[in-house]
Amino acid sequence: MQKLVDIVAGVTNGSLKASAVVEEHLARIVARESEIHAFNLVTADQARNDAAKVDEDVKSGKKVGALAGVPIALKDNMCTRGVETTCSSKILQGWKPPYDATVVTKLRAAGAVIMGKTNLDEFAMGSSTENSAFGPTKNPHDVSRVPGGSSGGSAAAVSAGFAAASLGSDTGGSIRQPAALCGVVGVKPTYGVVSRYGLVAFASSLDQIGPFTSDVRDAATLLEVISGHDPMDSTSIPQAAPSLVSVLDHGVAGMRIGRVTDLPEGCEPDVLARLEAAFDALRSAGAIIVDIKLPSIQYCLTAYYLIAPAEASSNLARYDGVRYGNRVEAADLNAMYAATREAGFGEEVKRRIMLGTYALSAGYYDAYYGKALKVRRLISDDFAHAYEKTDVILTPTSPSVAFKFGSKTDNPLAMYLCDVFTIPTNLAGHPAMSVPFGTGANSMPVGVQVLATTLGEQAMFKVAAELERSL
Amino acid sequence: MAEKISKETVVKVSRLARLSLTTEETERMTAQLAGMLEHFRDIDALDLASVEPMTQPYPLKNVLRKDVELPSLDRDEVLDQAPAAESGRFRVPPTIGFDV
Repeated sequence: MQKLVDIVAGVTNGSLKASAVVEEHLARIVARESEIHAFNLVTADQARNDAAKVDEDVKSGKKVGALAGVPIALKDNMCTRGVETTCSSKILQGWKPPYDATVVTKLRAAGAVIMGKTNLDEFAMGSSTENSAFGPTKNPHDVSRVPGGSSGGSAAAVSAGFAAASLGSDTGGSIRQPAALCGVVGVKPTYGVVSRYGLVAFASSLDQIGPFTSDVRDAATLLEVISGHDPMDSTSIPQAAPSLVSVLDHGVAGMRIGRVTDLPEGCEPDVLARLEAAFDALRSAGAIIVDIKLPSIQYCLTAYYLIAPAEASSNLARYDGVRYGNRVEAADLNAMYAATREAGFGEEVKRRIMLGTYALSAGYYDAYYGKALKVRRLISDDFAHAYEKTDVILTPTSPSVAFKFGSKTDNPLAMYLCDVFTIPTNLAGHPAMSVPFGTGANSMPVGVQVLATTLGEQAMFKVAAELERSL
Repeated sequence: MAEKISKETVVKVSRLARLSLTTEETERMTAQLAGMLEHFRDIDALDLASVEPMTQPYPLKNVLRKDVELPSLDRDEVLDQAPAAESGRFRVPPTIGFDV
């Protein structure tokens, strides 16, 4: 599969045509998309036009951007002006946003070619894409298995070679878990590093956009382009994002790598074996392994599944059949709201709206939401103590390799447990990324997760690059 | 924490959430929410009295921009995507004269 950085180099020096690159990717989509279902929408005509424009610019000697000619897929919860954006929900089916998300504007300005909108669990709520209203995405490594979620379409699109890179969003692991299950790199940056303007909100204190790529260098390159302060996002950090590509070859000699001695139980042995191999590889490269404790992360599922649904119940109140999306007509306003939402939302979305509304309702707020916010503080404090002793932390990304379709759909709690290693960083607002690190059961990909503290992306990428080199 | 969630509470919450759940959905939701809330009791063991709640991960202060006119969304483009619009406005069903 062509690397993003090689496409940019070739297109920029004229040895490669952006149009030819796009055609290669479209050909792979034609060959395999009916089996994989990575996309809700493939924007082939627009991609061809955009690529032709890049080729024209190169020919006429114009300066082209840092992503010139790179085919990129977007999770279908990022607004694209005039192009359908559904969140894989019936309630938004057919909606064409009147503006572009900031990340879309940045990608276009850098010369990227947008291939289409990828499938997800409805409103990014899920870990398998089985909650999409338009049917699940299949794992390109084994189509009887899930690609992970919620950004399963974005992970599968890169894994299957439908795009050189893609963007996803990560609220509790929705970039890293599918990256691990599909054998690609997935990064959740520090909260506030990438603008969320134009990202359909799920849980606003947790959501963050990040890249999927086939290697670490591509991820660093793409993340540098989409990072940076945006006045349109009030949670955007008002400082320049650190350079990442420049640190990839620094190595890890003398770096401290945290091993969590009280990791939550339930991780499969094949995944733990790969984690051990990762520690060995870093030790061989001169890093120091440090034991750390994170006693409060055993409560992360409770905190997350109270906070995220609470925020979601508020954010999703806007889907009321008035300003956008679909409406079910009824005699009066309240009946219209209820009929529209009943028909438009899928089961998991309704379940989380109900859970969140309950957790915020009078009489229960202190017992649930209020307590969850305090547990969030404990988890954040645990990390603060750990990062006094270590530079990064290594954990599994997912407790298991990709599982079979239907194996967790009857038990919401079993599905929620997929996120047990990824949720803590969202609660703390820290960066974390999943790096493919060999295979486990049934020869399926295993990802190792590298965590760092707020704005610790440079340390995180150094370690990720070393892990990749060691393979 | 509170007692086991009842079907009546689920019906009340669904009204607050503006969801007209079917009878079957209400039954299923009651059982599933009860299961989750039971799991969430794990944090009851924690002493949280002196812990400050954490509402956001990065300590940003609210900011105001300069009060200058900036381009906004195109009204026709926005209304074109609404389920119903009329005379430059969103159109909704009757809002008064019915029980809420």
